[in-house]
Amino acid sequence: MDLISLSLFDLALASGLVLLLAALSWRLHLGIERRILIAAARSTVQLVLLGLVLKVLFATTNPLLIGLLALMMLSVAGWEVMARQRRRFRGAWGYGIGALSMFLSSFSITVVALTVLIGVTPWYQPQYLIPLLGMLLGNTMNGIAVALDGLTRQTWEGRNRIEAQLLLGATWSEAIADIRRDALRAGLIPITNAMATAGLVSLPGMMTGQILAGSPPMEAAKYQLLIMFLIASGTGLGSVAAVWIGARRLFDGRHRLRLERLRAARG
Amino acid sequence: MAALTLARLQPKLLAPIELEIGAGELVFISGPSGAGKSLLLRAIADLDPSQGEVLIDAQPRSLIPAPEWRRRVGLLPAETGWWADQVGAHFAISPAEPAQASAMATPAGAVDATPTQGGFPDEVAQVKGDQLGITGLARLLARLGFQSDVLDWDVQRLSTGERQRLALARLLVNGPEVLLLDEATANLDPSNRAQAEQLIDDYRRQRRAAVLWASHDPDQRQRLAQAAGGRCFVIEAGRLQAESPA
Repeated sequence: MDLISLSLFDLALASGLVLLLAALSWRLHLGIERRILIAAARSTVQLVLLGLVLKVLFATTNPLLIGLLALMMLSVAGWEVMARQRRRFRGAWGYGIGALSMFLSSFSITVVALTVLIGVTPWYQPQYLIPLLGMLLGNTMNGIAVALDGLTRQTWEGRNRIEAQLLLGATWSEAIADIRRDALRAGLIPITNAMATAGLVSLPGMMTGQILAGSPPMEAAKYQLLIMFLIASGTGLGSVAAVWIGARRLFDGRHRLRLERLRAARG
Repeated sequence: MAALTLARLQPKLLAPIELEIGAGELVFISGPSGAGKSLLLRAIADLDPSQGEVLIDAQPRSLIPAPEWRRRVGLLPAETGWWADQVGAHFAISPAEPAQASAMATPAGAVDATPTQGGFPDEVAQVKGDQLGITGLARLLARLGFQSDVLDWDVQRLSTGERQRLALARLLVNGPEVLLLDEATANLDPSNRAQAEQLIDDYRRQRRAAVLWASHDPDQRQRLAQAAGGRCFVIEAGRLQAESPA
């Protein structure tokens, strides 16, 4: 089977659909036409650049360049997690908690997948590493952003109920246990739902891509399964780490709730 | 029974405070709103960071783990917090030993004590160390005007006054050695207020607990301080001073 190459004209037609959506938003006063257009433009530029970069990377397999690209992906994801928080941790924590949790989960799972599961040599071969890491980062990013946002927002609103428990002699961990559980659950719902409906309702993106590229459907399904399991465990690990570090940071050594360590996001 | 000593304790907005409250002593603080009464009480309970030291019976706070400190020095905040749906769930937090078999085996009829019948259930407390059993809790609730079915009530449907009284019961059943009360009766009607005042007074005398009470009600301060031989202080311009008699 041959891969049918897309022409610029095909893409232009598809982008016309997005323009149509923007026009609809404008006509219905939804007020999101600007954001739609900017997001579409961003993804165009970013994906074209990535295509160019990967082309070079694949040709060289230079570990330094690959590491650099991975680092850039991580730092953007960390920034994105922070940007989605309505109540952010002050100082380096605001960026650090999300970035560190993503680093711990996504990077370690990617490395395990490449060395043990898929068995690529060398393990950092960019054709496998970059797409895997990208999918993991993208999904953990969503999970962690949702979980952290739930943690900080509920804590901010739940000051009375947390302090009431502290006042009766609860430890910080007991006092925030229910909020921590809620936040984790919220972070894990998207991936749980995705796994539950995969194949019945949606054809997941990666499988779609492989089938379009001409892979046998069974191979595509196996890869998709692998990715989903990796994503689920990565999101879970990352969210647990982020929520645990975040919850700890909300209290000090004397089990006091320190809400001044959060600040409201501007805008 | 415990005395409370503030040794150059400095909460936010306030000058360092020296104050000694003896075991079983009642001390009132007042002052304009925003003067820092609540901040002082929160600082003593170690809920806000503060400079200086607080001692309970000459034991410094810094040597006692914070959760234990807050169990022993119990603060009733002006705004009560509720974390579960039902009232009863809020009475289970103390990491107490399970209620003793004898208390559990008490027939239901004996649990149903009327407010007029008994004083503060300290005979139960003495049997079981500082923890009140089921009987103690039911009697405590009865003294505040509740039937014991209040434990099944929905927190959402409680009035402010009911919340305040239940928060008091929740605190006392924890058996604190020192009481810090922040407008403990502010939202209560006269008869409920009298019940709560009486209960706090009994607790103070029977447990020899030091009580530090922030109250904006001059009549209440005068009446209770006179009856108990207590002292009154006022926070003015960031300083704690003896209140001049009205």
